[in-house]
Parts: sequence; structure tokens; C-alpha cells
Amino acid sequence: MRSGVERATSDRLAAWFADQGATLVEADILLPAETLLDLYGEDIRARAYMTVDPVQGEMMLRPDFTVPVVQQHMAGGADPATYAYSGPVFRKQTRAGDRPSEFHQAGIEVFRRDQREESDARVFALINQVLRENGLTLRPVTGDIGILMAAVRGLATSERRKQALLRHIWRPQRFRALLDRFSGRAPVPQARKHLLDRLAKGSPADLIAQAGTFTGLRSEAEIAARVQALTEDAQTPALAAPEAALLYDLLSLQAPSRAALQHLRGIAPMLPAITPAVDRFAARLDALAAQGIDTETLPFEASHGRTSLEYYDGFVFSFHADDPALPPVASGGRYDALTAVLGQGKSIPAVGGVIRAGLMTRLMGEKP
Amino acid sequence: MIKIGVPSKGRLMEKTFDWFGARGVTLRLSGAEREYAGRVDGIEGVELVLLSAGEIPRELAAGRIHLGVTGSDLVREKLADWPTQVAELAPLGFGHADLIIAVPVAWIDVDTLDDLDAAAAAFRRTHGFRLRIATKYHRLVRDYLTTHGVADYQLVDSQGATEGTVKNLTAEAIADITSSGETLRANHLKILSDALIHSSQAVLFLSHRADWTADNRKTLSDLARQLDVTVPKT
Repeated sequence: MRSGVERATSDRLAAWFADQGATLVEADILLPAETLLDLYGEDIRARAYMTVDPVQGEMMLRPDFTVPVVQQHMAGGADPATYAYSGPVFRKQTRAGDRPSEFHQAGIEVFRRDQREESDARVFALINQVLRENGLTLRPVTGDIGILMAAVRGLATSERRKQALLRHIWRPQRFRALLDRFSGRAPVPQARKHLLDRLAKGSPADLIAQAGTFTGLRSEAEIAARVQALTEDAQTPALAAPEAALLYDLLSLQAPSRAALQHLRGIAPMLPAITPAVDRFAARLDALAAQGIDTETLPFEASHGRTSLEYYDGFVFSFHADDPALPPVASGGRYDALTAVLGQGKSIPAVGGVIRAGLMTRLMGEKP
Repeated sequence: MIKIGVPSKGRLMEKTFDWFGARGVTLRLSGAEREYAGRVDGIEGVELVLLSAGEIPRELAAGRIHLGVTGSDLVREKLADWPTQVAELAPLGFGHADLIIAVPVAWIDVDTLDDLDAAAAAFRRTHGFRLRIATKYHRLVRDYLTTHGVADYQLVDSQGATEGTVKNLTAEAIADITSSGETLRANHLKILSDALIHSSQAVLFLSHRADWTADNRKTLSDLARQLDVTVPKT
């Protein structure tokens, strides 16, 4: 039997956010699947419940509130705006266990063009405060994907390589594989070498003709275009060793926030492109300190938030219970690019966070 | 009485019968030709159930059969978190096939997953939809591509003649089981060199959910001794 406590906690959290100035909003539970599939790709099918509507086609049970809230805002919300919400979300669990596949989330989203770092700090501080007011002292972790993106954009390499890395910023394994190849740490695949050798003697059209009967929708021109890209890429020099070393260093940076800032200031002269992002990080720490957060001890991990099915491109944070098997009790971050993807030409900087009301209720019951 | 599910026709059935027969347990069809009824000789308390290989994972998960012979690929595809539902008692050494990804031979620029991922990104930009991979192994393929960080693709369902989907323009690539690769070659497809998703063979599985009464446990240990397989402790 599902108790009403989780829902009541979730609604109470949203009401608390409303007391702090947020506007309460509702979102559909049944969402058109296409938007989410375009955004997340096939991975979302493993996580969200899909169903078929005879008229509207593929639909999905709401896996989170962010996408529908952004869509509502982009369709004509006030500017700036702060929203709060509460309700169930649905996620398939691939392993048997006690993680629920239906649970309540309460959250807050801030859409605002100025005061970015102040908005980051406000969302973090509000969630921190409401968790504390409910008697929970949790371990926060923060990060900043904007710094990593700035570092990639500033690399002394081809635009194509930068785009390839940026495209996989949320997929650490492939990002790493690309970085290993671009920095010369991983060898060029044998088949690639073989292809490049053969291209020295024949045109792409010749090689395609020799390969056998042509099938499929992907055209000869598309194949030739990528062959051209591969040829150019083969002539692109490997990332300079110091630059690659800095990027590997950045990926593994974990330190208390102020120490992390000092470390980043230290490497900025060698990677000048990150300076604006580091300045934003510094401004955010000041804004957090102004909200009463101890930034000397606040944990910072440069790779935090780099998981697939995420869209954060700046500040990221989460709050964790002691048990590492539990999902984060609260999490959130900045997602400026997502509003552009969903905004049909419009965009607005945005930051938000959610609390798992059921998990919070459980932990409140467990504390002495 | 413990029930053992065995594929109901073809080489898988014959090879399974051979494997058990070589270990002194005779499985045979009983009744009229084409009747799906069987019997077990050489051990007491074991009943033969003839099923489609594709249904055996589900029957094992539900506990309606105690043991079952089917492809390791089918168990991984059809059962979420399969080790919590069934245990592998023994690989049987036949029914070998690899689940692979194949693309048109004309794609001279694609040999690895890395290439497929880059081609998918460009394909999506050009055509406005994600590169289609036809398969019936949705779970295995998606988990594999997620783990390896491949993006901008979509899976389209194909329950048969999957190699033909590329020519028919309903998919750009396929993920399917192959043993000799002949059908792939005949359809002008080639296998990615670094994307072996699963190397499958016939396996004798045990259901965790079946009613393992004291009598059934005793029968199982007798059977295991005769077959020379180890039963995992539960």
C-alpha cells in the first residue's frame, strides 16, 4: 500500500519553495516521446516508460519535470521567472532492488538572464536550507561542466576534434577514448591506417566501387565527406603533451571548492580559454558564501554530473546520504543550452534542482 | 518432479538430446511424429517439456520449468538482471553464434564503433533523424551502445530477415546473430571489427524461482552428478 506521506512531503517542499517566491506549476504526466527521444537518444528507452497513443503516437511517462517545465516557460513564461512543482516521476529500474520506479519529486527552476552565479547559489542554498530545516545533514558535491567545456573549446586542435569531444562531454568513456586518440596515447586503428594508405592510391569513389555492391540510404557523398574528414584528421597533429596533461588533470580534479579555485587559477595561464569559466566559478563561490555556505569545505569535483541522460552545462550539485547505495537525495544544475534546444529559436539561462521526497521522508524517519 | 525445458525442434533439440545422451540421460520424443511430448530415461523424477527456444527464458524466470536449455543471448535479451533470475549450470558447446553490428560494405570509412558513432552524428545532421539500427536484440544492443558511449542512433525492430533492412532502406545498419557471416556477405554487409556484443551458445540454465522442494533438490543433485555439472548454492 502506497502511503500518502511521500506525496505530502513533496507538496510541502514545493509549497516551501513557493513561500520563497516561486510560482507553483503543474506538468503533464504523459508526454510526447519525440522531444525526449531527440534530446536523449535511445538511452532514454532504458530509463523511461514508453507507451503508444493511437492518435499522438509514442508517449512517455514523465521521467523528470525539467523538460515539460522548460517547454511551458519557452511557450510564454514571464522573464525572469522562478517555478516550483511537486509530483510523481517514473523511471524503469533495470535491477531488482528497493529503488522505486515511481517516486515523488519536488523542485525549483529559475529562468533569468542576469545574475547567473547568484541564481546558481540561490537554488543550491534553498535546497540546502530546506534539507537542514527537515533535520537532514547531507554531504554536498558540486561541479562545473562549463569549465571542462571551456577547456575543450580552448584546445589547440581542429574544430572537428573539439566538436567531437564536446558532443561526448556527458559520456565519460567515449570522451576519454577520443581524448586518448587525439593526444596520441591510443594508436590509430589498423583499419583506419589501411584506409588512409589506400586513399593515397585511389579516390573515395574508386574504393567504394571496389568494396562491393552499394546498399543503403547513406550516400556515396556522405561516405566521401567523412573520408575527407578522416584524411584531414590524420594530418592534424596530436594535442601537445602539456595541454593533454592539463585536460587529464582537470578531469580528475577533486578538492574543497576554494582549493579547487586556486588550482584552476594556477593552470589558467597554460589554458587561458578557461579563464572566463573560472571567473564564473569564483563569482559563484562568493555568491554561495553570501548565502551562508562554507565554500572552504564545500566539495568540488570537475567531472561531477557527467552522466548520460543529463543536460547540465554549468554548475552542478547533489546532496548524498551516508549510504553510497542510495541515489542522491537532491540534485540539480544549470542547463542554458537545453532551453535553446527546446525553445525553437529562443533561449534563456536556467538553473534548477529537485529533491526526492520519498527518500527524504525515509531518512527523516531513520534519524535518531 | 523437476521439469526440464528443451527446444522443440531442429538442430538445437537434436544436439541437446546428444549432449544429455552422452552423459547417460536419454531425452526422447514420445507419441506420434510431430507431437510435442517427450520422456526422460536414465533418471527418476525428471520430466521433459518441449518449448520454443525463445520462450524458455520466460518459463525459467516464471519458475514453470526448473531447468532449461536455450541460447545465452536469449536469456540476456529477455530477462532483466538475468543472474538474479537464473543460473548457468553448463555451457553445452553448440549453437555458437555472435551478436554483432554490421554496416554496408560500401561504408569504407566505418570499421569500428568509434567510426559508427561519428557516422551517426553526421547522418543525423544530414537526414534529420537518428541513424537506424535494425535488431531484435533491443536490450543487449542498447546496453552495449550506452556502455560504449555511442549516440545519435535509434533501434528499429526487426524480427526476421534483418540483413535485408538496409537494402530496403528501413535501416542503415543491423545488429544480429551470425555464425558463418554468409548471409551478411550476400546482403553486402560487413561486421564492425571491435563490436562483439555477445558470443552466444546453448546453455543449461537453472531457474531460481521454481519450487525447489527437498525432493526436487535431491533429484537435481542426482542429475547434476550424472551430468557432471556443479549446482550453485542459493
